[in-house]
Amino acid sequence: MIQSRQSAVIILHIAAILLLFVLQFVLPDYHQLAMTRVMVLAIFAMGYNMLFGYTGLLSLGHAMFFAAGLYGAGLTAYYFGWSVPVAFVAGIGSGFVLSLVIGLVSLRTSGVAFMIVTMMFAQVAYLTTTYFTDYTRGEEGLVLPQAARSFDLLGVHFDLTSAVLRYNLSLVLLAATVAITLLIVRGPLGRALVAIRENEPRTVMLGYDTFRLKLMAVTLSGTISAMAGATYALLFAYIGAGFATIQYSIEALLFTLLGGAGTVLGPLVGTAAMFYLIDIASSYTVAYMLAVGIALVLLVLFFPKGILGTIRERWLPWLP
Amino acid sequence: MTDKIIKPSSLISRRTTLKGVGAAAGAGLISATAPGFVRYAQAQTSAPIKLGLELHRTGIGASYGRWYERVANAAVKIINDEGGINGRPVQLIVEDDGTDPKRGAEVIEKFATQHKVDLVFGTLFSNVVVGAAPRAGELKMPYLVVSEGTHVSSGSLNRYCFQPGITDVRSQVTAMAPFMTKNLGKKVTMMFPDYAFGYDHRDNLPAAIKAQGGEVVEMIAVPPTETSFTRYLPRIPANTDVLYHVMVGPSVLTFVTELGEFYGSQHPAIFGFIDSIEAVDLKTPQLDFLEGSYFWEGNPRYAQKDQSQWDKLYRAAVGVDDTGASVHDPKDISTYAHMYGVWETLFVIKQAMQKAGYQGPQDKAKFIEALESFDKFEEGRDHPQGDKIFNGKNHQAYGHQNISKVESGRLNVVHRTAIEDGGPQTTADYTKMAL
Repeated sequence: MIQSRQSAVIILHIAAILLLFVLQFVLPDYHQLAMTRVMVLAIFAMGYNMLFGYTGLLSLGHAMFFAAGLYGAGLTAYYFGWSVPVAFVAGIGSGFVLSLVIGLVSLRTSGVAFMIVTMMFAQVAYLTTTYFTDYTRGEEGLVLPQAARSFDLLGVHFDLTSAVLRYNLSLVLLAATVAITLLIVRGPLGRALVAIRENEPRTVMLGYDTFRLKLMAVTLSGTISAMAGATYALLFAYIGAGFATIQYSIEALLFTLLGGAGTVLGPLVGTAAMFYLIDIASSYTVAYMLAVGIALVLLVLFFPKGILGTIRERWLPWLP
Repeated sequence: MTDKIIKPSSLISRRTTLKGVGAAAGAGLISATAPGFVRYAQAQTSAPIKLGLELHRTGIGASYGRWYERVANAAVKIINDEGGINGRPVQLIVEDDGTDPKRGAEVIEKFATQHKVDLVFGTLFSNVVVGAAPRAGELKMPYLVVSEGTHVSSGSLNRYCFQPGITDVRSQVTAMAPFMTKNLGKKVTMMFPDYAFGYDHRDNLPAAIKAQGGEVVEMIAVPPTETSFTRYLPRIPANTDVLYHVMVGPSVLTFVTELGEFYGSQHPAIFGFIDSIEAVDLKTPQLDFLEGSYFWEGNPRYAQKDQSQWDKLYRAAVGVDDTGASVHDPKDISTYAHMYGVWETLFVIKQAMQKAGYQGPQDKAKFIEALESFDKFEEGRDHPQGDKIFNGKNHQAYGHQNISKVESGRLNVVHRTAIEDGGPQTTADYTKMAL
């Protein structure tokens, strides 16, 4: 029984990635481009979900990790002329270091205080991007140079202006994130994180060093979010302070809540649903954010656990 | 409102998905190796020319967006009444970018691949322009902005980006500087938003003032989210001759009120960019303190004594009265100083398409080259703000600027600059980039 459920989990997630792969052959051009952005933002939401969905820590500052990746990759490509792969690693590295430091400080708090502290750190990060406008051009931002629009790796030339390449690069990174998330949440670390979410004092009593575990969760979550930021900068050639605003922290939370916190594919579903809610509603009314708000209220009322969370609760209890 | 929105025609539906799958099966595996194969041919020559208007309908730029849309509709009506462009009617397709750079880039993609427009125009806020421009370039989508930003002329964008309807801030402030130093004083303190368009002022005014023998003695950047300015005002040095401000949004009323409380009747000369009070009624009681102060205006909000016949015609066409308000609602103040840029851009588009013999997207390169071949635009119905010179290499237009004084609650033009006052043009050359 357990073996068959395990197989079902693996098959389901491979099928989801395969579906995304096949979609590029079916989708009209616009939706192909849109899904590329959705996949990158879904990686961000999956990073967020690692902390919020599985560890139970509500952060309102994840835009700073996304921005760390965005600026880490974008500024090194812009000013130092680093190649795309190196800049990408620099972006991830920035997110890793920042999330480790932020984790060490902010995990001294919990609950509402953790939420406020992360929000304040994120505000500091945002103001930092606007303070150093000589380098970042703040809100206006920077366009990445032509040299950062292509790269060579292992003898293969990659042209980032190609929509097909961007789609598939996003898909590869998304698949890697799904795999890493699955490995973690179904492994001992994931179970310990869920234990913290459900009852931290009891987890401590069982002998777990919860601070260390939570620090790992913050760092993992921040690094994955930074990877999304680095990907966004390099794929779409623009970096700007707008990505460090609280709006993006809230969006990661909404994507996760909408799709289902604590489910591996929930953030992907939530990101796609939110993107298309805005996209379609804005075609009909200027008050599209109101329409989105009403949709979210209805969701909370009738599907409080999000789309996949509700599916798991009612029909597929084995969904990770 | 006369919005002309084309509803998304290719949203994912069961039918379109099945159609795509069916087509894939029919086309076989060879075609299936090329993602996005459900592309279809562009409309034929009898079809309308589709112009995408990327608009700030929501967000911080919404008051501008509302008027940009009205101006665009008015200009398109005239173009269509006169037979369209190259015998084809013009159709406006509007998308809201929420004044957000991320959404701006998405909207460019939507215009290019879903609406399949011939070009995109009308974006104002420079952060949205900079965020969207890379996608426009990569999708080979002509992108004609009405932003004032120095981004286009600086050479930091790409060959598909133009600003043919309004002068950039760099030239605007350079043209303003001699008037300020000769008539108001040589020591200038700047207060500007720590936000996108504020940087162009921060980066260009000090050099322009210095070139006139003056000095910027203090630069005070104010976060756009600020609702009170009392903690910034004491930073204005006592020896300031001219306070130069470029604020934006509803907080400008608080700014002026607090400035009045801070100074009382003794204050330095005040010079502002009209951006501070675009779409704001000058007769608002909190703005009394501005009496006697000066403003830059691209196009004068109040009809002047020497109003040209072209301004009269343009004003009537876009539905604005002699005080700059909507003819339908005196409380609805236009963004008159800027919005002429949309009108002039549309007529530049028409002129370039005619010169290129534009028939469809296959002629985009010809259209770009036709635009780049222009060197001036004469004052007239199509250019009511005045004549302009156009630099086909840096893709930027340069025109006259107006300096107006607030007198009895209205803006009277006291000086109109020559085009050359804008200083030397940037040497950026987009024509070296491939099309």
